Amino acid sequence: MRVALFLTCVNDTLYPDTGRAVVRLLTRLGVEVDFPLGQTCCGQAHYNTGYRHEAEPLARRFAEVFGGYEAIVTPSGSCGAMVREQYPRMGGRARAEGRGNTLERVLAPVVPKTYELTEFLVDVLGVTDVGAYYPHRVTYHPTCHGLRGLGLGDRPRRLLQAVRGLELVELPGAEECCGFGGTFAVKNPDVSAAMGADKVRNAESTGAGVLCAGDNSCLMHIGGTMSRLGSGMRPVHIAEILASTEEEPAV
Amino acid sequence: MSVTFVGMPAFPVAAHEAVADSTLRGNLRHATHTIRAKRAAAVAEVSDWARLREAGRRIKDHTLRHLDRYLVQVEEAVTAAGGTVHWAADAEEANRIVTALVKATGESEVVKVKSMATQEIGLNEALEAEGIRAYETDLAELIVQLGKDRPSHILVPAIHRNRGEIRDIFRSEMREWGRPAPEGLTDAPAELAEAARLHLREKFLRAKVGISGANFVVAETGTLVVVESEGNGRMCLTLPETLISVVGIEKVVPTWRDLEVFLQTLPRSSTAERMNPYTSMWTGVRDEDGPSAFHLVLLDNGRTDTLADEVGRQALRCIRCSACLNVCPVYERAGGHAYGSVYPGPIGAILSPQLRGTQSEIDASLPFASSLCGACYEVCPVAIDIPEVLVHLRERVVQGGPATRQGNKVVLKPAKGHAAERAAMRAARWAFSHAGALRGGQRLASRTRRLHPRTLPGPGRAWTGTRDLPPVPAEPFRDWWQRTHGGQEGTK
Repeated sequence: MRVALFLTCVNDTLYPDTGRAVVRLLTRLGVEVDFPLGQTCCGQAHYNTGYRHEAEPLARRFAEVFGGYEAIVTPSGSCGAMVREQYPRMGGRARAEGRGNTLERVLAPVVPKTYELTEFLVDVLGVTDVGAYYPHRVTYHPTCHGLRGLGLGDRPRRLLQAVRGLELVELPGAEECCGFGGTFAVKNPDVSAAMGADKVRNAESTGAGVLCAGDNSCLMHIGGTMSRLGSGMRPVHIAEILASTEEEPAV
Repeated sequence: MSVTFVGMPAFPVAAHEAVADSTLRGNLRHATHTIRAKRAAAVAEVSDWARLREAGRRIKDHTLRHLDRYLVQVEEAVTAAGGTVHWAADAEEANRIVTALVKATGESEVVKVKSMATQEIGLNEALEAEGIRAYETDLAELIVQLGKDRPSHILVPAIHRNRGEIRDIFRSEMREWGRPAPEGLTDAPAELAEAARLHLREKFLRAKVGISGANFVVAETGTLVVVESEGNGRMCLTLPETLISVVGIEKVVPTWRDLEVFLQTLPRSSTAERMNPYTSMWTGVRDEDGPSAFHLVLLDNGRTDTLADEVGRQALRCIRCSACLNVCPVYERAGGHAYGSVYPGPIGAILSPQLRGTQSEIDASLPFASSLCGACYEVCPVAIDIPEVLVHLRERVVQGGPATRQGNKVVLKPAKGHAAERAAMRAARWAFSHAGALRGGQRLASRTRRLHPRTLPGPGRAWTGTRDLPPVPAEPFRDWWQRTHGGQEGTK
């Protein structure tokens, strides 16, 4: 199976460890991974801030770069949801504006074959035990677009529960937004920070050392709040936990 | 529209104060979390909730699609039942109609059933300007009125107040409006309710004119429906001689069969009850029972303009249950007042900028008052995709575009204050359209990473004021990939 890693611009620039973890994990599971170098950004920040027309060329580019692969895997619930939920909508809006069905047609092929990482593991590869080892107490925060947009359900938890050495503890108010919200974080900084502080407080109450999630943008906000508040907790992307083994443990 | 909120600052400014008010935060957190959990339990009991939700969405969409026909049917049925129908294009016209109707009775006071529509148009203020005193009789609305306050929640307008604050308001203010609070009133809920009951009872028995809104209007019979918990609404609907109901045109449902769906979804979504205690229905007037004169004021006030918008029109499905407020993490922290409208929370953030337009500072900021977490859409009993409409309205604010105002097709200019952001978005789009430019930027960031400041100046302070920045890695992923996997250079 020829699989493309759609890493996302945030991970490519700021979180290469997550990218390396996905490559290691998928390779270990027998998947041939490619990273098409033409990839940049799915256009989510543009689209969600109201710049739909600026997002359109980025979506076209995405379809062009990834169109030839059998599956497109991304370690981001929100970028995955951008492709799956918003690309069809963008095409529909273009048609409603009298611009024909070109955009719709161009984007349609990549929509059904784009998978968030945990979805790909559980639904496509059919695994929940990925042979990982991570001897830490972990609490899991389901990020909003993965949870409510893609409907990831209990897939991430099932994967984490199968990790040897990992103690999974329930996060109070888990399904409440962490307050990142893309440009929301800077357009409404007070509310965003208050939400982030509450999320960190809930995470600390679990006694876990690690807060795990499937979106590094949310973790950037939660982790930035943790370090500012002097919390002892660390934010870790789920890919890094699932990639970790006894032979090659994650740090 | 409402005179109450003119000159409201933008949402982030108003929210700044609310976030720092620990009493308010405590009150809201307690109230929203309690009702949130109860709603979830009440909804989970219903095995066909998803189908009820879908039915509600379809009934509303169908009715809105054929609103022209159903409104005429309402007018015919209400008239045939002995009522009079008035059409109000905007708040001013509605206020003028109601004021004239009250004046014609010779009365100088009215009792009111809790009504969002009359708050939306600022009816109480309009009546007061003409020497008519309006008494709010819903317990929470009474608290808001006595406290010279503004409502902060659709269903629980005084949600921002705790029991102690309510006791203080009753003690100091009730005497100004009628029967004073009993001596030695405490903050026990039963005592507070009794004080309100005694205070309101005089007004019910004295009033000759009642004013209400309606949750639904059934087109086939011209029947109005009010759903409530306290019974104070029913007092106002049955005791006065004249009843005036101000109702938004989107409140119509075609038939009684359609009503059945909403009488299941509304109580469970709003108060988490299987059935609300009082459901009052009236059809025109009848001899020897209830009001002898009935007027229905059908209110547009931006609704037709909203209906013209393909994406935004779904906001008109709203049945005002307020489940979206109770589940919203932004509402919970910013409070209802920050939304600068009688419609706060997620639904307010998509309703106000459509009904009022996006010109004012507050209305232009409301579409951004959300992290797009989607909790509101998930609980909405008529499946309004609030995040979708928020993003649509963000586009209207930052890019302008086609809209309908006062029945005319217009092309809106972008709102002020987004020029820098627009330029940045364009620049980002350019960089992301050229993988080489992106890589160049990433390498620059990596090479200069030891020089990066911990706190950012200007707009960046909005991030670093409360959060540390992530460290920039020594190399971006794509460089590592090329180094280790020898991939081909990206050409685009």
